Amino acid sequence: MAMDHLDQLEAESIYILREAYKKLGKLGMLWSIGKDSTVLLWLAKKAFYGHVPFPFIHVDTKHKIPEMIAYRDRVAKELGLDLIVHTNWEAIHAGIGPDKGRLACCKALKTEALRQVVKQHGFDGLIVGVRRDEEGSRSKERVFSERTQDDGWDYTNQPPELWNQFKTDFPKGNHIRVHPILAWSELDIWEYIRRENIPIIDLYFAKNGKRYRSLGCACCTGQIESEADTLDKIIEELKHTKTGERAGRKQDQEDAYAMQKLRKEGYM
Amino acid sequence: MDEKLKQEGLHIVVVGHVDHGKSTVIGRLLYDTDSLPQGAVDKVKRIVRETGKPFEYAYLLDAFEEEQKQGITIDTTQIQFVTKKREYVIIDAPGHKEFLKNMISGAANANAALLLVDAKQGVQEQSKRHGYMLSLLGIEKVYVVVNKMDLVDYSEEVFHKVAEDMKAFLEPLGVKPLRYLPVSGYQGDNIAAKSANMPWYDGPVLLDSLDLLEASKEILDKDLRLPIQDVFKFDDRRIIAGRIEAGKLAVGDEIAIYPSGRRTVIQSIAYWQERDKKERALAGESTGIIVRDEFFNQRGEIITTPGAKAPHVSNRLRASIFWMGRNPLRKGSTYKLKLATQEVEAEVADIVKTIDAANLDSREGAKELRLNDVAEVILSLKEAIAFDVFQEHQATGRFVLVDGYDVAGGGIVIAAEKADEGAGFAFVNGGIRARGDVFDEFYYDIESYNVTKVAAAVKKPYQVGDEIPRRGISYEYPADFDILILRDQVAVSVRQGRIESILPLADYEYSGRPLINGRGFGIKVYKAKELKEMLSVYRELASSHVEPRVKAAFANRYFFLNQYRHLQFYFDYVI
Ligand SMILES: Nc1nc2c(ncn2[C@@H]2O[C@H](COP(=O)(O)OP(=O)(O)OP(=O)(O)O)[C@@H](O)[C@H]2O)c(=O)[nH]1
Ligand SMILES: [Mg+2]
Repeated sequence: MAMDHLDQLEAESIYILREAYKKLGKLGMLWSIGKDSTVLLWLAKKAFYGHVPFPFIHVDTKHKIPEMIAYRDRVAKELGLDLIVHTNWEAIHAGIGPDKGRLACCKALKTEALRQVVKQHGFDGLIVGVRRDEEGSRSKERVFSERTQDDGWDYTNQPPELWNQFKTDFPKGNHIRVHPILAWSELDIWEYIRRENIPIIDLYFAKNGKRYRSLGCACCTGQIESEADTLDKIIEELKHTKTGERAGRKQDQEDAYAMQKLRKEGYM
Repeated sequence: MDEKLKQEGLHIVVVGHVDHGKSTVIGRLLYDTDSLPQGAVDKVKRIVRETGKPFEYAYLLDAFEEEQKQGITIDTTQIQFVTKKREYVIIDAPGHKEFLKNMISGAANANAALLLVDAKQGVQEQSKRHGYMLSLLGIEKVYVVVNKMDLVDYSEEVFHKVAEDMKAFLEPLGVKPLRYLPVSGYQGDNIAAKSANMPWYDGPVLLDSLDLLEASKEILDKDLRLPIQDVFKFDDRRIIAGRIEAGKLAVGDEIAIYPSGRRTVIQSIAYWQERDKKERALAGESTGIIVRDEFFNQRGEIITTPGAKAPHVSNRLRASIFWMGRNPLRKGSTYKLKLATQEVEAEVADIVKTIDAANLDSREGAKELRLNDVAEVILSLKEAIAFDVFQEHQATGRFVLVDGYDVAGGGIVIAAEKADEGAGFAFVNGGIRARGDVFDEFYYDIESYNVTKVAAAVKKPYQVGDEIPRRGISYEYPADFDILILRDQVAVSVRQGRIESILPLADYEYSGRPLINGRGFGIKVYKAKELKEMLSVYRELASSHVEPRVKAAFANRYFFLNQYRHLQFYFDYVI
């Protein structure tokens, strides 16, 4: 009858989502279509008993793996999600792309695009599915993490966060990044997907000896060698793997602190 | 591993003086137990190769470039870790005094702690301060880990000396370490495997010692505490949502809701997925209940069971607090207090004594607290709230204080003080009571760039016939005007500077005189019809879940920020 590990994570995430809904003004959830945002969507439905009282935002770089877009549109329709899709067309028309340097591309098509959509809709809170175990700068995040007018993150001077009393006071124009699944690990995500039987995009399942472990833009996301074509096999594989989850994500590899630099300027 | 045999998870924080090896010990523990993805280790190897340094286990935790360049932990992090027995979350905390707020952010999540001390340097200032914080945060399960034993030739005498020193400091605080361990994080002695360098130590190594800690289950046996987080009405169900902080509940249970003490019965527990359908819910769960009687419930109220010891209800409390703000906490100033899901304005009525956490010296008569100070204070709240004494119920017996935009202080309730009748009310007329900040002063603080409010010096509520202070430092009201205190639905009429009447708002008739609201802001209403309109919009806003921006739009539409109020710069006022 006692709560197990996943029960505890779930309860904590639901608490965070409800806190964001109650205490922040205009709220949106970033939806990247991957496993983490799919779990986040599920948790939101649990938190609000089948309702999702805020819009979903997808930042479309126009470089995403095509199956992701098809899946996005299908799920949004099926669940009746209020979906905002935004693309930084100015940058695309100006010729920005992965061939202009990966970091420059990420900055324009993700960070800047996100900034545009936050400004346009006046969001006070953005729910984002980042996890501590993904990479270094995320490991140091707060659950409610403030961003300035120009999306800056003052990571060397974060305010205290204790006893689930989150940062809900901030000047107008700034916004809060809310991280409900910060404490979850990659393995937790998969075990939860299996336990709850959550529908998930099939790019994660192995075909012809390869599968995606993390989803992003087609150009910068590599597949891994894998025979894992079921949830059980994916979970088994993760329990024994020694490579990092984002090893296939090329933008992380540009320099040792690439993610920290991107995220300091507003990257998710 | 068999999932069912696993014990409940534990959150363990590692604390201690700067550079005593906290991050290194955690890094080594993860490394030796093969708990890290290869990518993480490779990344550290690459960084040390590029900078020509020896391998640093601490870099596995200290991910920021600034942390690695300076060889210091700036912010806290958490990492999952599994043994044969159970799951852990290990929390790394910074040791530098400047980052005490981050240490507290990490330690506040823990149910056990490793207090690390460098064998060569011995007990230092932050070893003590952190030890003190553990006692304040209510973390009772503590191991003292004497690290860097390699630097003292693995000497048994040195180990005992350091252990004794630490014990001597902790014991008066009521912290009784369960174990003392000699280790070397850097060399890996007694981390995951027994060290041949210390044959004199016959206790368990660090890894095995963790499994010897026992998670406490008593939270389930306590009386129910369910603070209301929100009330949902997405469909025809009215769901009271919140997380159970202690005890348990079941369908059919009678419940009492504080501060009012009203009673009702749990009709059902809400769910979305069939697998979540249940008749009972336990401490730790984020739940939603549907109750029999639909009276007005709101965020902040605490649900318990009748017959159980009820939470205290008062507008005064005695607390131990720690201050993490850049600006000092001042006696007489007001802060926002957040306790469980309640928020209330709190005035620092008295600073009883301040304690130097590094040597336990205490001092009386202080007028302010500075960064990292610890003190016993009396807080006077604008209105009565429900709370517990920390010793009895941790989650509903602790709070934070918000100064401007940031959480700047934390505290635990030592005792409820006798409620101050009438205190917290600006106006009283028999049973009619109203709050109001009409005579409080508003300042723009030139250090923090925030607007702060300082409670008016007069503590007694005003009654019919009393003369009111028409002019303050930051406000000036006309001789004749009416005050409409919307949240308490009370109207106060002032004529020739004296209170002529205090009435329920429902009985009030528009007089044509200037109107101000409970905070001293002019109301942009000049006709009876406009007033009616405003009151009906207000009622709608007050009775449902609305975004702060909607409330702000209402305020901008109906109130003047600076008709009677004139914000003053704040530099140094005499308390
Ligand atoms: N010789 C020796 N050096 C150690 C040992 N443990 C840590 N160190 C070194 O001590 C220095 C500080 O270690 P850290 O792990 O960064 O210390 P810390 O306590 O985490 O420091 P802060 O987080 O900044 O408070 C590093 O250079 C470590 O390599 C040890 O057991 N023996
Ligand atoms: Mg450290």
